[in-house]
Amino acid sequence: MNSTWALVLAGMVVVTYGIRLSFLVFGHRLTFPGWLERALRYVPAAVLTALVVPMALAPQGAVDLSLHNAYLPGTVAAVAVAFISRQTLAAILGGFVVYGLWRWLLV
Amino acid sequence: MRPFFAGARDTIPMLVGAAPFGVIFGTLAIGAGLPVWLTLGLSALVFAGSSQFVAVSLLGGGAAVPVIWLTTFVVNLRHALYSATLLPYARALPARWRWALAFWLTDETFAVVENQLRHHSSLHDGARYWLGSSLAMYFNWQVWTLAGVLLGQSVPGLATLGLNFAMVATFAAIVALQLRDRPVLCAALAAGAVALLARDLPYKLGLMLAAMAGVATGMLAEAWFGRAQASAQEEAGP
Repeated sequence: MNSTWALVLAGMVVVTYGIRLSFLVFGHRLTFPGWLERALRYVPAAVLTALVVPMALAPQGAVDLSLHNAYLPGTVAAVAVAFISRQTLAAILGGFVVYGLWRWLLV
Repeated sequence: MRPFFAGARDTIPMLVGAAPFGVIFGTLAIGAGLPVWLTLGLSALVFAGSSQFVAVSLLGGGAAVPVIWLTTFVVNLRHALYSATLLPYARALPARWRWALAFWLTDETFAVVENQLRHHSSLHDGARYWLGSSLAMYFNWQVWTLAGVLLGQSVPGLATLGLNFAMVATFAAIVALQLRDRPVLCAALAAGAVALLARDLPYKLGLMLAAMAGVATGMLAEAWFGRAQASAQEEAGP
């Protein structure tokens, strides 16, 4: 067992678990100010969109709006199916079908 | 259906979305020269996909240990916001429950559980629903990591099949279902725009910047549309 690797793993465990514990375990006596609760309401949509948009529009690092970027139609299809069906799994499958067909037909 | 199983069931779409990433992570880690124990250890003890991917690339590039720790902190900092958001539902739980549920807190379980607890707030059922979602994600991640390790040992070059799209489709589907009012839509649009512009910043700082911009925009939009709605009601009133 390489000791540097063990050190990397141990540090990552402490950092990640510490972040997750922060409020759930050490913040249980805190009361949330109203503005902070309102702010947190926007966190999931903001973080998830921030993850999705660069991957869909610039999967290779540079913005790619050409027909060769199958991520874009695949993502649009996933969002469209989500709006119509209100089902996450159907949306993921719809996105995959369009992504797969697009790559198969065009790349 | 009992809450534990309902939580696991409602997490199934996330399991499907995470599965390819578990495989890709295991494959890439073995391909980058990580030993099997470290690859499985990262999934079992850190249990945070994006930081695991970053760690593999840093370890492969010979980065210093503190750099890897700091990067992990930055990439996983969003979990503090999840921890705070879920606190109102966990405040009355015994400490051992909060220690356990915190260990298993992920993007996926947060999305599933927060959505459920906002509408159904029985403490006892909520905790078991949360645990069901957590354990489903956890065992799913271990199984697919192991599958990736086995694949990585036998089939090199698997990541080129385009399985990366699984994460995009999963997150896009989740976020589309969350766009329930105009302030949330504004928050998402702002976050997406900033994330695109800031995508080349190091250590995923662009993600943090985009999240903050999105939250600020959402709150501004809430104040703006709230006022517009209030004055419209005044005009319509007697």
